[in-house]
Amino acid sequence: MRALNIYPQFQHTDPSTQTRKDFVTDQDVRWCPGCGDYSILAQVQRVMPTLGIPRENYVFVSGIGCSSRFPYYMETFGIHSIHGRAPAVATGVKAMRPDLSVWVVTGDGDALSIGGNHFMHVLRRNVDLKLLMFNNQIYGLTKGQYSPTSPVGKKAKSTPMGSIDYPIDPISVALGANGTFIARSFDVHASHLQNILKRAAEHKGTAFVEIYQNCNIFNDGAFSLLTEKETKSDHVIEIEHGKPLRFGKNLEKGIALDASLTPKVVDVASYGEDKLFVYDETSEIAALIVSRLHAPEFPVPIGVFRAVSRPSYDALLVDQIDRAKKGKRETVQELLDDGQWTVK
Amino acid sequence: MQKVVETVSTVAIRFAGDSGDGMQVTGSQFTDTTALAGNDLATFPDFPAEIRAPAGSLAGVSGFQIKFSSEAVFTPGDAPDVLVAMNPAALKVNLKDLKPGGMLIANSEAFTKKNIDYAGYATNPLEDGSLTGFKVFKADITGMTLKAVEELKLNNRHAVRCKNFFALGIVYWLYGREASHTVEWIKSKFKDPQLCEANLRALKAGYHFGETAELFDRSYEVKQAKIAPGRYRNISGNEALSLGFLAAAELSGLELFLGSYPITPASDILHELASHKQLGVRTFQAEDEIAAVCSAIGAAYSGALALTTTSGPGLALKSEGIGLALMLELPLVIVDVQRAGPSTGMPTKTEQADLLQAMYGRNGEAPVAVIAAKSPGDCFYTAIEACRIAVTHMMPVILLSDGFIANSAEPWRIPEMASLPKIPVKFWTEKEGFQPYARDENLARPWALPGSPGLEHRIGGIEKEHLTGNISYDAANHELMSKLRYERLQKIADALPPTEIEGDQAGDLLVIGWGDTYGPIQAGVEAVRKSGSKIGHVQLRWLNPFPNDLEAIMKRYKRVLVPEINLGQLVKLLRAKYLVDAKSFPKIQGQPFKESEIVFAIKQILEAN
Repeated sequence: MRALNIYPQFQHTDPSTQTRKDFVTDQDVRWCPGCGDYSILAQVQRVMPTLGIPRENYVFVSGIGCSSRFPYYMETFGIHSIHGRAPAVATGVKAMRPDLSVWVVTGDGDALSIGGNHFMHVLRRNVDLKLLMFNNQIYGLTKGQYSPTSPVGKKAKSTPMGSIDYPIDPISVALGANGTFIARSFDVHASHLQNILKRAAEHKGTAFVEIYQNCNIFNDGAFSLLTEKETKSDHVIEIEHGKPLRFGKNLEKGIALDASLTPKVVDVASYGEDKLFVYDETSEIAALIVSRLHAPEFPVPIGVFRAVSRPSYDALLVDQIDRAKKGKRETVQELLDDGQWTVK
Repeated sequence: MQKVVETVSTVAIRFAGDSGDGMQVTGSQFTDTTALAGNDLATFPDFPAEIRAPAGSLAGVSGFQIKFSSEAVFTPGDAPDVLVAMNPAALKVNLKDLKPGGMLIANSEAFTKKNIDYAGYATNPLEDGSLTGFKVFKADITGMTLKAVEELKLNNRHAVRCKNFFALGIVYWLYGREASHTVEWIKSKFKDPQLCEANLRALKAGYHFGETAELFDRSYEVKQAKIAPGRYRNISGNEALSLGFLAAAELSGLELFLGSYPITPASDILHELASHKQLGVRTFQAEDEIAAVCSAIGAAYSGALALTTTSGPGLALKSEGIGLALMLELPLVIVDVQRAGPSTGMPTKTEQADLLQAMYGRNGEAPVAVIAAKSPGDCFYTAIEACRIAVTHMMPVILLSDGFIANSAEPWRIPEMASLPKIPVKFWTEKEGFQPYARDENLARPWALPGSPGLEHRIGGIEKEHLTGNISYDAANHELMSKLRYERLQKIADALPPTEIEGDQAGDLLVIGWGDTYGPIQAGVEAVRKSGSKIGHVQLRWLNPFPNDLEAIMKRYKRVLVPEINLGQLVKLLRAKYLVDAKSFPKIQGQPFKESEIVFAIKQILEAN
């Protein structure tokens, strides 16, 4: 078909030789001291060498915002694109090169406000890329305006009397967009975040990970209820596939569903462990219910909400091309010649 | 009755009817047959925005004009010699254009009281004597079609819909055309044997009606034009663009990627390329115009020959993305099939008013290359040229077409792929000496693909340091990079061949056009040159950069005239850059120029000493 093959072939780096240091660039990290982004960067750099992928096959794509500086600090291929559009850019990368491991780094404003459209569509298409959304419930880079995930009443520079916008729920939106992998973790919860990142990396399709991240300059303590030692066990619940939903310092509390599938907090000892809501990450209904658990009435769930298998966009695209190549063998010249006549 | 055959050199016919009457099919069938008969020709499909406007309404009138000749044809014709009107609304909309003394073939059955009222006529124009200046042929096209297909027992709706082929049959007889091409087309198009047979019968009945009815006393012959020997086909602008991009992919060895969002009149390019996956084409129908351009940027970064196609409103939405492509210095072709604006404007009508948007419609100092196609067939070569510059200069290129070029067709000499020059592409593969923003002789940076060991690098929309590409807010560096982005364009101009001047190489007047005005300007210039004036014609292909020899060329003429389908955009650029007293001749009616309008403008400027 093609006379030329101009694409270079390479001997790839042996992934088993890669260490965390191989993923650190020579650029100074310019986030504010104490920013939650530092921890996320560290966990990503720890996980990358464990995935068995040569460094040159990673592409990090970001939009605009504090989080979107991320690619500059990863010694991989990277594009720092424009506000909200990273999923679209990454879709182009993956459509051309399904062999690459493509990661999108975005924030709550980037993904859910200006880029809300692309966020929704990349999930429904199930492009095989990993989408890490740092949610700090504030606009940091523009110096402190409320974001689409800020709670009602949030006082910020643009809302001196408090925000009157009701916030969006990213996990529920991702479910609505038929995402195939949806998870949540914390910046400071290193081991949990690493595990979630590994599971996201292994998923074939769009893996959406919401990462609660503290902005210590403009929204300090937004998640303190969930991260402080004294309060976290009563306000966070780790969801795990096949296990009953339990939380509390000694896992003494649980989530159960009443007859109308409405969740309620129960005392495990008196209610009975066998009557608790057992989580199933392949169940759409389970994910929908758990995604609606909000503080302070309920503990905030972290972990994998949904993990199901569906062919990815890029795999389907390649499949169509392969099938088309088997069907017809028209050349460009044959297409040009279509409907021809000869003038003598 | 023995009928006379009269020889004529040039004829323009307009088919007009409801948007559901199949006028575009009728027109394109007549076009194909006329091309096969060896005439030169040009066409102009003019259809409403409504997919199916209410039957019989003025808004729903769809038209297709074709001029064909034994001489060279540059335009689809100013005033048609023949108007086929399928209903009163079609007559009302189109009669004003019919040549005095021209032929009107009217479907008399459709001139009911209801349709006449709906078209806004007080009385039946076929009966009230208002058409005395024309040769009027009233034929009950609907009724005769129904009779022709009667035996097939179709329902009335299907039977009536065959009437466009009856009308086509009449015109085939009138101009001595072989119906065989259309017969084959109907056989391949209609899978239902009943419908196929009905349309064939309607076509045949129309032809025989022309031959035997007392209505026409003569038919006409248009002899073959003198056309250079070779292989030809009919081609529309959107087809030619699609084929041009496929050709550019083959000539460069690159895989083709198109990110696009549906928009009139550009969607046909998406449709066409989506149907050629066997050539490895990846088409992505994005969620919006912004995602379309951004996906193409991601594909370009990954080594694709990357395209995005749109029209004016979409180009506006893509502005920020094009700015990003400029900063990333990645190859990208952005096609704007222009339509009448601003805002939604008139989506199915043509215009050239996006030139300044293409030139300047981005934040910051953001120059991008701008190239324009001048005819349907020229779209093929313009697409290849845009791709060549994009990948060899590592930059976004905006390709301007428009609704007229996109949908009109012309006979086109088929190129041989083997004889077209290859597009040289080299990816950077060496770790040694790699700097993301180092530059070659074109000032192009290296194209280093993800997956290349040791070439890991980050690029972005933030200003970057010369050579390294690292983020830089340095004052002097920003000025250097801003100037480099302009100098990169000049490198295109330095490699252009001498500008082609048609007509006189020096003299009284230079007419400068761009895009779809080529045909009417060429026709107008040739018409006035016959009276002795020395007139040259330059149709600019590159609008950014301008060719280096343009200034010297303008100085060889006493005056410069710039006709455009806008309120004077190219003329602004020429006056600003060259301090030349170029005169604008604008038209902004959603329609291409007529030859007579160009003649008028040329005469006016020549007489205005």
